[in-house]
Amino acid sequence: MIRFEDVAVRFDDGAEPVLRGVNLRVEEGELVLVVGATGSGKTTLLRCVNGLVPHFSGGTLSGRVTVDGRDTRTHRPRDLADVVGVVGQDPAAAFVTDTVEEEIAYGMESLGVHGDVMRRRVEATLDLLGLADVRQRTLRTLSGGQQQRVAIGGVLAAHPRVLVLDEPTSALDPVAAEEVLGALTRLVHDLGLTVLLAEHRLERVVQYADRVVVVQDGRVSSDLPAAAMARSPVSPPIVDLGRLAGWSPLPLSVRDARRVCGPMRQALATRAPARVLRSFVTTGQGEPLLSARALVVNRARRPVLRGIDLAVRAGEVVALMGRNGSGKSTLLATACGQLPVRSGSVRIDGLDPESLRPRELLRHVGLVPQDPGLLLYGETVRAECREADTDVRAAPGTTRALLAHLAPDAADRTHPRDLSEGQRLALALAIVLAGEPPLVLLDEPTRGLDYGAKTRLVASLRSLAARGHGVLVATHDVELVAELADRVVVIADGELVTDGPAAEVLAGSPAFAPQVTKVMHPQPWLTVADVAAALAAS
Amino acid sequence: MAASRTTNPLLLALVVAVVGYVVAARRELGAASPFGAFLRLGLLVITMRVVLEALLGGGVPGRTVLFTLPQVPLPAAAGGVRLGGPVTLEGVLAAAYDGARLAAVLSCIGAANALASPRRLLRYVPATLYEVGTALVVALTYAPQLVDDAGRVRAARRLRGHAGRGPRELARLAVPVLDSALERSLDLAASMESRGYGRSVHRSARSRRQATALTLVGLCGVVAGVYGLLDGGSAPLLGLPLLLLGSAAAAASLAVGARREPRSRYRPDPWAAPEWVVLASGALAGALVLVAAQRGVADIVVQTSPAVWPTLPWLPVLGLLLGLVPAWLSPLPPLRAVGRVGAHRDGLTDGVRSAS
Repeated sequence: MIRFEDVAVRFDDGAEPVLRGVNLRVEEGELVLVVGATGSGKTTLLRCVNGLVPHFSGGTLSGRVTVDGRDTRTHRPRDLADVVGVVGQDPAAAFVTDTVEEEIAYGMESLGVHGDVMRRRVEATLDLLGLADVRQRTLRTLSGGQQQRVAIGGVLAAHPRVLVLDEPTSALDPVAAEEVLGALTRLVHDLGLTVLLAEHRLERVVQYADRVVVVQDGRVSSDLPAAAMARSPVSPPIVDLGRLAGWSPLPLSVRDARRVCGPMRQALATRAPARVLRSFVTTGQGEPLLSARALVVNRARRPVLRGIDLAVRAGEVVALMGRNGSGKSTLLATACGQLPVRSGSVRIDGLDPESLRPRELLRHVGLVPQDPGLLLYGETVRAECREADTDVRAAPGTTRALLAHLAPDAADRTHPRDLSEGQRLALALAIVLAGEPPLVLLDEPTRGLDYGAKTRLVASLRSLAARGHGVLVATHDVELVAELADRVVVIADGELVTDGPAAEVLAGSPAFAPQVTKVMHPQPWLTVADVAAALAAS
Repeated sequence: MAASRTTNPLLLALVVAVVGYVVAARRELGAASPFGAFLRLGLLVITMRVVLEALLGGGVPGRTVLFTLPQVPLPAAAGGVRLGGPVTLEGVLAAAYDGARLAAVLSCIGAANALASPRRLLRYVPATLYEVGTALVVALTYAPQLVDDAGRVRAARRLRGHAGRGPRELARLAVPVLDSALERSLDLAASMESRGYGRSVHRSARSRRQATALTLVGLCGVVAGVYGLLDGGSAPLLGLPLLLLGSAAAAASLAVGARREPRSRYRPDPWAAPEWVVLASGALAGALVLVAAQRGVADIVVQTSPAVWPTLPWLPVLGLLLGLVPAWLSPLPPLRAVGRVGAHRDGLTDGVRSAS
């Protein structure tokens, strides 16, 4: 269905090629997973499939890419639209229309699908992706996860034979992600849809893949999932657990792992993870840095938060979880005084964030927004760091030193836009930390991060907490929460439903349980590191 | 049209008020509205016009001197231009009225932008003209995108300890905001392309050229015609006939294109009684003011020398008040319609369009 023949892509004449020597065949009805570290060329590979590279991106492509026998050299993306559907990384950037229904219909309109058929498919797609109750809404007012589902729906509805998805679940909560992936596998099985999918959160997708393509330094190799995972530079917790235990073949799903993990569970039966004990002890101390009381916040005249009570104290990392659109980002924005409080109160260090002058605000609270690029305006990393120093009147070099600690490989002269996702996040975090705010808020920080970058993020946030900062992270990433958080707060539809120690909350619900917990159930293990430490001690 | 034909400040204020009311009544909930920005732009236009008049002096001779600015002597070669000197009531009034006229037109444009989404209009841009269509997408989405981005960047700017307002901040943020808005517009164009916009509509290059030529001629005709209608000073032949001819040519090109166009429409916007009412009210409002202007009704163009207090002529007032009709009778936009009976979809609010 898709064939790459000796493909190389280079964007600037002098520069290193982004991809080289790519030979790849994807057969009809296969679900192929593309993995690799951030910046390894996954996105470029995907964009080659429908000809966006090089027709839209510029650059030079040598070799040949054919889809269903059509050469992308002679067929522009629009001529391939009936065969290939592409969902990009940022769904909001790709919306052509204003409302959910219109967006889903747009692709079909372009292809000239008959009106009646279109009505039927729109309804089916709305149901398939759980969008029926937001069908009339304006796209801009939807949450990130809802937007992602609309973007997928818009492409799916046109019934392409090949579907190309770039991180389709990165903004989705665990349940929604499972639903979307379930829908995809159903289409693969029932309709013979061919799917090419890039994803960082391997724990969500690897068990569905027929084949795994590993992209490393611009080179591409493809293999069966278990074999590919054995030597892949990135791997999900379950594979790490399998490597630790020496299981062969490596398990890729919780079910496989549970079948072989009996001996391990037995060995650990008498031990309790150190983490579980710790999380009961080290919930923060002192006066709350952030306290919300009966907080109600409206957006577009409808209540998004309905009476939230929450406290975050010094020295603890709190994870804020909940469905897409449940009000997580709204809570963070309100805590920084970006949205007006309707009733109730929110206090930062005992002060009202809305009344604080910006210059004082950043001495009390720092927020890394969902799109860290929003904080960056400089021409180079160095200029950005220098400006951050003057913003908070810190000693020159403060921000640069913080960045060097968070992301050692970020070069001074690079334009912030050309940094990898992980480096950009690190830069934004360094800028926020320069003011030494006691409270640090992060909105969905792991979007687009590979496992390596995630581990570094966890380490730096934990050390912040150890130095007495309070950290509140809104995220869908259960594996991140398992490694990072002391306490988990779950909100649903603007109301707080759970507030408890991480181990308890995560283990308590199958939707939020990390892979290791599922495998080791009923023992309360959260991460591979916990298990490794306990095994080493015994 | 009405606004561009009068300089009567009372009538112009009425135009803005009517348009403002319609916007308030029929704006989509929760969406950023460019109406406010256009109003501010209008105020800026009036101020600039008056300040320039006071500084440079205009063509309006006046006797009532308000105050005198120190005059900078200029060489005789500068012609009639002067710098400083006496500022007359007549000159200032003429400038203010002139500025107000432009401001009223701007407010109407702002209202049209607030009420009819450019993206919605885009769905009706024929794929016949692929390149023009894509360029339109980029251009049309650029301004709203810019407003959106500026808002988000300003909010984020607060997080870095700045107010995000003031000229220094503007200079700091202008480039990144312009940059990211352009990038988003290009992303949008790429997305439209990969979703099949403008698929091989014309098999032969010849029929494609034909359609393009027809459309270009048509569009030129429409533009010239509209200009003729709006500008009271141009030859009467230029206005309506050219507009009609242009529209005909454009329609012909669309017909040629549509024969081969594979596009289909999902739930096309209904065109029923409410839409006709909106169209009629707008057209009537424009027509009444035009008729009044043609007949030379007093106070359509206010005298400035000698300065007199303007009065309200009844015929144009009646016409403009008709422009209020859409506030009650036009279809509701989707979010407002939720919970009400008969959830119509928002038609293009032609009323506002033709009232301008």
